[in-house]
Amino acid sequence: MTDNARDWPLWEVFVRSRQGLAHKHVGSLHAADGEMAQQNARDVYTRRREGESIWVVLSSEIVASAPDDKGALFDPAEDKVYRHPTFYHVPDEVENL
Amino acid sequence: MSVSEGTAAEQARFQAMIDAEQRVEPRDWMPEKYRRSLVRQISQHAHSEVVGMLPEGNWVTRAPSLRRKVALLAKIQDEGGHGLYLYSAAETLGVSRADLVDQLLDGSAKYSSIFNYPTLTWADIGVIGWLVDGAAIVNQVALCRCSYGPYARAMELICKEESFHQRQGYELVMALAQGTPEQIRMAQDAVNRWWWPTLMMFGPSDKTSPNSAQSMAWKIKRRSNDDLRQHFIDMTVPQANYLGLTMPDPDLTFNEETGQYDFGEPDWDELRRVVSGNGPCNRERMAAKRKAHAEGAWVREAATAHAEKQRRRREAA
Ligand SMILES: [Fe+2]
Ligand SMILES: [Fe+2]
Repeated sequence: MTDNARDWPLWEVFVRSRQGLAHKHVGSLHAADGEMAQQNARDVYTRRREGESIWVVLSSEIVASAPDDKGALFDPAEDKVYRHPTFYHVPDEVENL
Repeated sequence: MSVSEGTAAEQARFQAMIDAEQRVEPRDWMPEKYRRSLVRQISQHAHSEVVGMLPEGNWVTRAPSLRRKVALLAKIQDEGGHGLYLYSAAETLGVSRADLVDQLLDGSAKYSSIFNYPTLTWADIGVIGWLVDGAAIVNQVALCRCSYGPYARAMELICKEESFHQRQGYELVMALAQGTPEQIRMAQDAVNRWWWPTLMMFGPSDKTSPNSAQSMAWKIKRRSNDDLRQHFIDMTVPQANYLGLTMPDPDLTFNEETGQYDFGEPDWDELRRVVSGNGPCNRERMAAKRKAHAEGAWVREAATAHAEKQRRRREAA
């Protein structure tokens, strides 16, 4: 992200679409402060009852993994089939397993 | 974000990723030309949404009923939101919003030629929703499969909101088309004026469109200009037939063999004229945008000062 002093900071917007579900990232916007980010997020991302709770987070505060680290981070999970239930053989006639 | 054309191996890996229908995300390596064409296309798209609010805004205070007025207001508000989604998508490519807005205001950036035509009568508002938003939908549905993730996601969000735009427009035109002889004339006149400019929204013919091949290979574009235009015509002509309205094209006929409509050649000189700044309303639109930006400056400054004051107060507490 290029920082331009003339732009207000960028905020990431997360919306909970209904009670019982997690907040989900829906987009971003610029705002002078958190309160304004909240209000703008309401106006832009929830005009059709898409949500009932909003989080706004300064984009600059997000610590993201780098695409180049993909291998180091996620490949180790690839060969660990024993973490999945289908890896284990049990007779069909035994139920509720 | 890496900004270079990259080695041959990097380019090959990138193209293989595209060919495998994998989406590109902001921090992935991408060829500089891919990034630049996306910035251009997405920012032009964003500017179009925002400038597109002007011709419709012209009729808000004169809407004939409260029902039509709330629909028009809601539609215009949506278009502002669409601008925001698209500017955000462009920003993920490392450009700043302020710079993009500057490019719009200093005239170096383009926006859709269609918004340089005037809204002369109330029927224009209906025809814009029906035809102009209808054409935009055809374009945008195809872009939902764009290879660049943030752009594709913005398109999905936009498409969900667009369908009401087209329906409210069609309903409005239908009210006129089923009205008094004068109302019918007004509806037909609006169709006559908007049909050709709408067809030009899909861009020049494939034969003369220079950037298309590379955009298609990178899957920034998924369907060609001519292909999208034909698809739009085939969907729209029956809708006009239902209303008893006709398109101003003597060559428009259904081709039994192809199952599609044959149609006449748009006036490409007109498109070139409008794109290069000499359409009926280019100057008016730019003047309106510059005025709004200048007159909003004190609001932006006040909000910045307020946020700064709040921050200092919090720190002191
Ligand atoms: Fe739109
Ligand atoms: Fe629209």
